[in-house]
Amino acid sequence: MEFWIELLISVLIVAGAVFVFVGSLGLVKLPDFYTRLHGPTKATTLGMGCLLVASMTLVTNQNGFLSLHELLITLFLLITAPVTAHMLAKTALHHKLDIAEKTHDKALSKQARKRLNP
Amino acid sequence: MRANPRFRWLPMPLHSLLLLTVWLLLNNTMAPGHLVLGSFLAITIPLLTSGMQNPQPSFHKPFTIIRYVFMVLGDIVVANFEVAFLILGPNKKLNPAFVAIPLEIEFELPITILASTVSLTPGTVSAEISEDKKWLYVHVLNLTDKDELIAQIKSRYERPLMEIFQC
Repeated sequence: MEFWIELLISVLIVAGAVFVFVGSLGLVKLPDFYTRLHGPTKATTLGMGCLLVASMTLVTNQNGFLSLHELLITLFLLITAPVTAHMLAKTALHHKLDIAEKTHDKALSKQARKRLNP
Repeated sequence: MRANPRFRWLPMPLHSLLLLTVWLLLNNTMAPGHLVLGSFLAITIPLLTSGMQNPQPSFHKPFTIIRYVFMVLGDIVVANFEVAFLILGPNKKLNPAFVAIPLEIEFELPITILASTVSLTPGTVSAEISEDKKWLYVHVLNLTDKDELIAQIKSRYERPLMEIFQC
């Protein structure tokens, strides 16, 4: 394998790992459940994307034919991540989980729980 | 939009194409055997399931769809960097908020796509939708200007979706 391809793959893997790590770090660090939701839904999508592109380049280069498996994983990830986040947020509203003190328009969460108009 | 009582071999042509593509991608091959098996599945599965279909508005304007997909992919990258920096920064600087966004768009499929896009892109997660499907409640990680956020979501994501579904 040529040097620059190896370099590209390594950079992608490291970047992906950094994003997944930051997403997980958000779970530990952020103040309440709703803010914690943002980490895994967003920072992780790009992280996984980088890892999958790296895998695509590597396999395509080793086998000599285009490997498009990974596109499917990306597609499923893009479909499932927002749905999971939505279900978790809905559940959190339903269980009346604590909301960080300085959140604006906290009262809206009550309306949202009852599915009323604001 | 009503279900067609007349028998058709390809009740859902787009779904059939998608099934075939996914089958070939899953097996990572273009071998003739898999083409035949994939086509068989792509024809049989819609025939068996088309009766369970909920009528949904159909897609129009293929170029707007392509542009929308690429715009969202670009926005996902930007949003990822934003959220990563927000997570790494101090918690005190965060400005979380609940925001209610009035929806003009109708029907389940377009609203689902809009809510998913909102969850994936700017620092927002869609949390709940009002019973009459007129309001989308989102949680924002770092709110700067509420009206600007609502205007941005409406012009950037809702407008193209309304064009695509023509509703």
